[in-house]
Amino acid sequence: MSDKIIQITEMNKWFGDFQVLKNINLEVEKNKKIVVCGPSGSGKSTLIRCINRLEEHQQGSIIVDGNELTEDTKDIEKIRAEVGMVFQQFNLFPHLSILDNCTLAPIWVKKMPKNDAEELALQHLEKVQIADQASKYPGQLSGGQQQRCAIARALCMEPKIMLFDEPTSALDPEMIKEVLDAMVNLAKAGMTMIVVTHEMGFAKEVADEVIFMDEGMIVERAETKEFFANPKSDRTKLFLSQIL
Amino acid sequence: MNKLNFLQPDKNNLNTYLYTGVILVGLSIFIVFLNSFFNKDIISFLPGSISFFLPLILGFIGLHLIRIDYSGLKFLDSINKNINTNNFNAFLSLLIVFVVIKSLPPLLSWFILDANIAGDSKDVCTGSGACWTYIKIWFNRFMYGMYPNAEQWRINLSFIALAFLGTIGFFATEKFKKYLTLYYVVVYPVIAFFFIFFFISGGPIFFDFSYGIIAAVISVIIGFFIPSKFKMYYFIIVPITLYILLKYVFFYEELIELGKLEALEWVETGAWGGLSLTFIVSFFCLIFCFPIGLFLSLGRRSDFPIIKYFSIGMIEFWRGVPLITVLFMSSVMFPMFLPEDMFIDKLVRVIIAISLFEAAYVAEVIRGGLQALPRGQYDAAKSLGMGYWKMHILVILPQALKLVIPGIANTFLALVKDTPLIFVVGLLEIVGMLNLAKTNPEWLGFAMEGYVFASVLFFIICYAMSKYSYNLEQKYKTER
Repeated sequence: MSDKIIQITEMNKWFGDFQVLKNINLEVEKNKKIVVCGPSGSGKSTLIRCINRLEEHQQGSIIVDGNELTEDTKDIEKIRAEVGMVFQQFNLFPHLSILDNCTLAPIWVKKMPKNDAEELALQHLEKVQIADQASKYPGQLSGGQQQRCAIARALCMEPKIMLFDEPTSALDPEMIKEVLDAMVNLAKAGMTMIVVTHEMGFAKEVADEVIFMDEGMIVERAETKEFFANPKSDRTKLFLSQIL
Repeated sequence: MNKLNFLQPDKNNLNTYLYTGVILVGLSIFIVFLNSFFNKDIISFLPGSISFFLPLILGFIGLHLIRIDYSGLKFLDSINKNINTNNFNAFLSLLIVFVVIKSLPPLLSWFILDANIAGDSKDVCTGSGACWTYIKIWFNRFMYGMYPNAEQWRINLSFIALAFLGTIGFFATEKFKKYLTLYYVVVYPVIAFFFIFFFISGGPIFFDFSYGIIAAVISVIIGFFIPSKFKMYYFIIVPITLYILLKYVFFYEELIELGKLEALEWVETGAWGGLSLTFIVSFFCLIFCFPIGLFLSLGRRSDFPIIKYFSIGMIEFWRGVPLITVLFMSSVMFPMFLPEDMFIDKLVRVIIAISLFEAAYVAEVIRGGLQALPRGQYDAAKSLGMGYWKMHILVILPQALKLVIPGIANTFLALVKDTPLIFVVGLLEIVGMLNLAKTNPEWLGFAMEGYVFASVLFFIICYAMSKYSYNLEQKYKTER
């Protein structure tokens, strides 16, 4: 129990009549890096949005760090503060500078003194190598820089888990590398990560396990080497043959 | 010398074209100018219709001749680019110039040359122009309404003091910058209220209602310096203690009844008026309608059915009725629902009515801004652990409000220009005073001057507001 930081059992979710997630069972241990892949519309994003409760699930249970996510979870904000998330569209706050983007939540949610928060933010910005851009506004940065800032912003809350929702899909190939580098560094530092991505190179390099989803179900879950070397289901084989 | 082709002016004979063109345009403007200012028609020897159109034709040909691309002369190029790009635009430019020249003399003569300002009775206004004497004599009334002359310094002093307090933001040092919003949103309106209530209205200095406000303000101000550990107790105990002290110790009723604390002469709100009343009503309505509108717009998007439908109901109701009926109801119907011994001042009722009315519009404008924000902003704020209020105050509203500055400015301008409607409850701000002065038997027939005067004042106020809103827009622009 203790090292299982996320436990999802028998989880179902519908959008109206359409069932997006079917019978999801997933356990993630601390410090594991998990890559979720699959075709578009297979429910990958919805799954990790459920872990953050940006989407509500209708059946089953999700337990994050010992707290079950239900409708009457009072401290949903506290749980969210422990789960960092990086989005496909970056979603930086355009009215704040890069530094303020990073310090906003620590100051107001964690009540950190402003100076400490700025110091922490600069540390994390340094890690993703955009500390020199700290005083600029998001609109003045390239896509790759924005995404790295988004990673730094999430890290400033010192989360226990990091969720990545297709962090490189909106970027051009050159920028993908700089973002992936930042993520690799983060993985090496021991963060628990769940990454939805189509970057199989990244999966091979850092992932402990790979999950393949299709039509709202987890089709296959395997150790990374095993997953790429001999996938079990036909659907996975088909997917891999097309993507690699 | 190259061959001249007047249909196709080119750079080779630049000077020839330029001189001919400039002379023709100059001539056409000169003809119109003479005609309009000195009433001399130097081309009257020509048949009627030709002499009428001749300036236009001459100017048109002239502009055609000077339309030379890349002439190398900066001034000529800028003229060609801006007012002379093709035949049609040249024609329009000429027409506009002529209309301006034509309309200047009558305007000048009405406003200045034939106008009268000397003297102090209707008899001096003999010219055909405006009678500014009328405005001069009535100026005091237009500014202060029926407010007693001897007491008008109170209005002046209050307005100057408030204007000064309003500009404090420019002088604030770094240390106090973060309290500025609080100052403008909470402290400043309260100070303004005090000025209006005790100073302009006058009367007994203290009674129950004001004890409460004083106690609250004092405790909030001191509250900043109290460590947060004790804040809870502080805000429960201190305001109540202050209130009781004020009421029973410092200013107990006998003192007031003895007249010892009777301060300024009481001027009832019915006597207020003129431009000062316009300012007072606009100021308080602007202050109140914004937060009410903000909450209504948030309420309309709320997940709680009660809040949501209450907001929708409020917005649709106030948007659905004309302001003039709202004002009428506030003065005639509303008092019927109150207990008999309860009395709410006419001005207060009007301010509440206009505020609620405009709040509905503000709410919809702000909702437009909220809907323009991508869902990702909400997601990002939530994923950082922000709750509803933190998310809205720190992330959503700053962006949404920035988006709707033009819309809000629009609503506010409309509000300022709606204030004359308060005449239906018998409050006479500047336009109301004009109407009153217009019907004064001694000063019949000067409505025009009055309305021009009011238009100019309203234009100045509204233009200043619109400029300010534009500056705000520029200030908060962070996109590339």
